[in-house]
Amino acid sequence: MTDAMPAGDRKPIAPPVDETGPLGWARKNLFSSWGNGITTIVLLAFVVWVLDWFLEWALFTANFTATTGAECRGGGACWALIREKFRYIFFGSFPYEQHWRPLFAVIAMLAMLVLSADRRMWNWRLLVIWGVGSFVTFLLMFGQLHIPLSLILAVALIAGGIGLALRSGLATPSERMAYYALVGIGAVGLVLRIAGVLPSWSIAIAPLSYVETSLWGGLPVTLILATYGLAFAFPYGILLALGRRSNLPLIKGLCVGFIELIRGVPLISLLIMASVMLPLFLPSGTTIDKFLRAQVAVILFAGAYIAEVIRGGLQSLPKGQFEAADAMGLNYPQKTLLIILPQALRVVIPPLINTFIGFFKDTSLVLIIGIFDFLNTANQALVDPNWAGFPGEVYLFAAFVYFIFCYSMSRYSKYLELELNKGTRR
Amino acid sequence: MRTRIVAAVAGLAASVVGFAGTAQAGKDLDAVRARGTVNCGVGIGTAGFMLADSQGKWKGLSVDVCRAVAATIFGDSEKVRYVPLTSQQRFTAVQSSEVDIVMGNATYTLTRDTALGLDFTGIYYYDGQGFMVPKKLGVKSAKELSGATVCVAPGTTTELNLADYFRANKMTFKPVVIEKVDEIRAAFFSGRCDVYTTDASSLAATRAANVPPPQTIDDYVILPEIISKEPLGPVVRHGDNQFADIVRWALYAMVEAEEHGVTSKNVDEMLKSDNPSIKRILGVTPGMGKALGVDEKWVYNIVKQVGNYGESFDRNVGMGSLLKIARGQNALWTQGGLQYSPPIR
Repeated sequence: MTDAMPAGDRKPIAPPVDETGPLGWARKNLFSSWGNGITTIVLLAFVVWVLDWFLEWALFTANFTATTGAECRGGGACWALIREKFRYIFFGSFPYEQHWRPLFAVIAMLAMLVLSADRRMWNWRLLVIWGVGSFVTFLLMFGQLHIPLSLILAVALIAGGIGLALRSGLATPSERMAYYALVGIGAVGLVLRIAGVLPSWSIAIAPLSYVETSLWGGLPVTLILATYGLAFAFPYGILLALGRRSNLPLIKGLCVGFIELIRGVPLISLLIMASVMLPLFLPSGTTIDKFLRAQVAVILFAGAYIAEVIRGGLQSLPKGQFEAADAMGLNYPQKTLLIILPQALRVVIPPLINTFIGFFKDTSLVLIIGIFDFLNTANQALVDPNWAGFPGEVYLFAAFVYFIFCYSMSRYSKYLELELNKGTRR
Repeated sequence: MRTRIVAAVAGLAASVVGFAGTAQAGKDLDAVRARGTVNCGVGIGTAGFMLADSQGKWKGLSVDVCRAVAATIFGDSEKVRYVPLTSQQRFTAVQSSEVDIVMGNATYTLTRDTALGLDFTGIYYYDGQGFMVPKKLGVKSAKELSGATVCVAPGTTTELNLADYFRANKMTFKPVVIEKVDEIRAAFFSGRCDVYTTDASSLAATRAANVPPPQTIDDYVILPEIISKEPLGPVVRHGDNQFADIVRWALYAMVEAEEHGVTSKNVDEMLKSDNPSIKRILGVTPGMGKALGVDEKWVYNIVKQVGNYGESFDRNVGMGSLLKIARGQNALWTQGGLQYSPPIR
């Protein structure tokens, strides 16, 4: 009978229930043979056992309300410790009643990072986002900012220079005039400033009380060291990578020497150099902020690693790309920024984010020079005799926070890979 | 302890740069006055001595000395800027003017006082190597420890002192040598050794913080014998004698106030005292402040805001704290201890 039916009227018969759905999936993947079945059951039992023990400790017998460490002893996890210490762990010795400032600074930095993760922002908007974000972050952290005249002049000089280099062939006469004006004002101003003709004038923005870096601590320190460490190390690493492939022996030699020197020593030794040796070489009475020294050490170190990652990307480009760019009559900056780097960077995104994740965690090494980043404020919370004896809780909490950051970065890298390879995917 | 290596490294560093305490007299004090705060280098979190509390405020016996210095110079013990330093950094930081005083629980030794271009200005805590045992052993004195297993860190002066002490007292011991502090503690508290030996202040901190439940702090005793000298003192740069004097006498004033029974609670009544010594100390009879180059009410400010030495000791490391360290060598000389202030007159 069925044969007589026209082919178009046949209803497809659904496969049997035990081959689809969760049941089918379990049968196929977990119980496909006796051996697999037994393994599954044993592992399940193990997971349940561990989970039971963990939940018993972390939730059911845990203490959330104790007011001293002594009350906590003997039971399960002492989350009351985190409750008591979380503000210190997050913000360190920042004045207690002003903790809203580092809180909003962290929010500003996260907003800045999330916004710059969006590809639609990858143009002039990125500069605005980072300018505003950094300004808000540091204004909140310091409370007062003094922008010296020389910095403004230097920015004008650099902005004009970049504009001239990139848009020399494309700019309208008036646009070019603006670049020349910027370069001129910046260069003349700086010379006059150094010669002492211009006064050491600065713009002071001081809405809040001043908090110096020795009081900073916790999450803002980790975020600032990692974010700005990598933000500065990235262009710096690109320059090093380009320099390493340069035809000019001096530039090439300097870049190779620097990269190999930095990669040849551990970050700890660089930090110790910056914090113990450097002050001895400065004239008596001059001190450079400890935080700044650590930040520069991180930038130098990350720069060398990023340079090597980017060099891998540059080497993967076929020679034809360079030649084609030359044939178009593009100058070196144009060729590099418009043709080479966009392709090279796309290739190296996974290893680059890997480097970023590594450095986010490596910043906790600043403990050895007495800077309290997030992990170290957590460590300090353990020293308090009132609350000591619960390292598990504190480290679990710290690990959880680190995991959130690192996992989001890794997910983002995955998204970015898909997004950027759309053109080559089939 | 690690003192020798640190001293050697710092000494080398100092000699490379040719430090010879070239600062002019008064320069450091002028800088402090102009700045409005005392830059005080503190160690990385040591319970009882220097530790940021839950609100991020630095507290402890060492921190109180810095506060006393600020009270002396500015009349306000809060005018201190704390700079956390590791033991590798602490001497460099004071040599390079990054801080004015280091309260890093540094042991006062001749090489540090001379070769590093530094000055120790007194002793705020007499530390030394001690022994901790479980109470259930029933041991009352280190002399009864013959045949004990002893947990000790390797390659330190602690290990040498231990061997010397047992040999001198014709006793035997079995060392359990473990590198990491956490592992030593775990070994001791789990009963792998009968005795744990290190600096007494560190023993007290360990007992306060690391006894695993269900045992408690009362299950362990620190024996009265102290077998080595580890005097801890404030460190300043060599060269500005007036600043060094202020740091020295700020600490002495705390001790002197305790000796005369002046506390933060009764200091206002003490202003009316007839005792000529107290009148001199508290500035009722002027002269002392002028001699030191500070306000006449300097001791009043220290005692009122920070407390006398005994109060600070009790609050931070003594019986009023969780560390429960006995006064021992740190008692006043009138009570059989070593804390002694030259007269303020």
